[in-house]
Amino acid sequence: MQHLEVTAKKIRRHIIEMIGTANSGHPGGSLSATEIVTSLYFDVMNIDPENPADPKRDRFVLSKGHAAPVLYAALAEKGFFPVEELKTLRQINSRLQGHPAKHKLPGIESSTGSLGQGISTAVGMALAGKLDQSDYRVFCLLGDGEIQEGQVWEAAMAAAHYKLSNLVAIVDNNGLQIDGSISDVMSPNPIDKKWASFGWEVITVDGHDFKQIIDALNKGKSTDKPLLILAKTTKGKCISFMENLADWHGKAPSAEQVQCALEELK
Amino acid sequence: MSILNFKFLNGVKVLTEIKKMATRDAYGNALVELGKEHEDIVVLDADLSKSTKTNTFAKEFPERFFDMGIAEQNMMGVAAGLAAAGKVPFASSFAIFATGRAYEQIRNSICYSKLNVKVAATHAGLTVGEDGATHQALEDIALMRAIPNMTVLVPADGVEALQAVKAAYELNGPVYIRLGRPKVDAVFTEDYEFKIGKAAYLRKGKDVTLIGTGFMTSEALKAADILAAEGIDAEVINISTIKPLDEETIIESATKTRCMVTAEEHNIIGGLGSAVAETLVSHCPVPMERVGVNDTFGESGKPADLMQKYGLTAKDIADAAKKVLARK
Repeated sequence: MQHLEVTAKKIRRHIIEMIGTANSGHPGGSLSATEIVTSLYFDVMNIDPENPADPKRDRFVLSKGHAAPVLYAALAEKGFFPVEELKTLRQINSRLQGHPAKHKLPGIESSTGSLGQGISTAVGMALAGKLDQSDYRVFCLLGDGEIQEGQVWEAAMAAAHYKLSNLVAIVDNNGLQIDGSISDVMSPNPIDKKWASFGWEVITVDGHDFKQIIDALNKGKSTDKPLLILAKTTKGKCISFMENLADWHGKAPSAEQVQCALEELK
Repeated sequence: MSILNFKFLNGVKVLTEIKKMATRDAYGNALVELGKEHEDIVVLDADLSKSTKTNTFAKEFPERFFDMGIAEQNMMGVAAGLAAAGKVPFASSFAIFATGRAYEQIRNSICYSKLNVKVAATHAGLTVGEDGATHQALEDIALMRAIPNMTVLVPADGVEALQAVKAAYELNGPVYIRLGRPKVDAVFTEDYEFKIGKAAYLRKGKDVTLIGTGFMTSEALKAADILAAEGIDAEVINISTIKPLDEETIIESATKTRCMVTAEEHNIIGGLGSAVAETLVSHCPVPMERVGVNDTFGESGKPADLMQKYGLTAKDIADAAKKVLARK
């Protein structure tokens, strides 16, 4: 797990630097998803940056597309494009759009950002995998606020109906959305019971514990149900002044705050 | 599939009978033909497969047909995912739900990344009939043609619909195909060759140009007969590709006749009339009249009664032609 800890720290530093440089972006939900995305790209998924269109590759769909910085940082560290390019985030003519654009950047599997849509695309990819009797897996990361979108439940129903055991959805349960606590804004709780009642296998993990995350991601291969991992996370994780504050959902740190944050990530 | 019958009179092939056909039926037939030839085609529906005619494909290729239930937004997203994984999905529902309910999924999940999804929507326009305004899509062309990367096809009859669906398969990118519920008159004979982006002259004339789309093209032909009886020589053009628009043909005809009428079973805002007007205003401004639904909702009724009440008949087109001629 040591190398994952090191990579996660690098990814967090990128997130802070990118958003600081862009002076816009979403740090809170990028930081809460860092261990999840790191586990996928640096342990679990079968992907090759040299062959990003390999039909047999595993797929990752970032349904909570506003967490693009964590995905871009992982893709750059994995070698899909130069790490240097991270500093172009959200700038004109950049391939690193505010929300992921499949047709612009290698490694992006689906253009997301409009919440609730990525999970349906992931269902389609998993359905194609079943049809082709290919053994690739599809992973999809959702926000806990995002699951307020009705389309998520349409997709959840379809995934169970078509027995998409090659599909894993992860809910980044950091408990906060733009307007405040998810239970105050529009409670999606109990999240685990809802997915279970839609016919999914459900595992709850500590979303910052690599062993728990990876064990969960590797489960589900033997069942005929899609797998939902409810990852308990902290919004703004590892940056003391950002943790558990909804205000850091979509706000960039100042130059001074960037320095403070990077100090904490040494 | 035979739509037209011919006989030979003095060695000349002439049309003897026109069999009416709904464009949705042609769609069902085309899917089966495509399914036989291409392994990568898959079809999705949202609990309307009997009406959209995707059930014909479902019967032949059950393993490649996915009923997504009454959930159009998810259906479009799933189609996007299937396309991203190399399939060629045709996603069907009624035009109102496909383009209205799932508009943003079509925009963001499909068109933004130019995914190879075909949205084939039936029951477009007033001719849905008795189901009434909630089910009569009159804005779908406007919605679909405003999205970058989208190709928009509105076949005039069964012959053209069959070919349009096949052409949509061959095009790598998103396509919207607008289909209708009722049986409509044949406009084309079987030797017609449909090409995406190409308008077709159906009748040459010099006084006024009538451009139709969908089954309004057959109304435009009838309007030309009405006008001919009054000594007016109308040119009739079928435009089945609303986007990309065949500007060359429009400009060529407008340059000759110097006035134009468009006819569509759609709101006059944003559809064929708007597209043609946009072209004329830039390249060849001539007087123009738009026949269509005049920015109002429809209602329940028999299709023929609705066409009459909302001004979508051959007579309405002929009247518009006389009006535009007076403005020349």
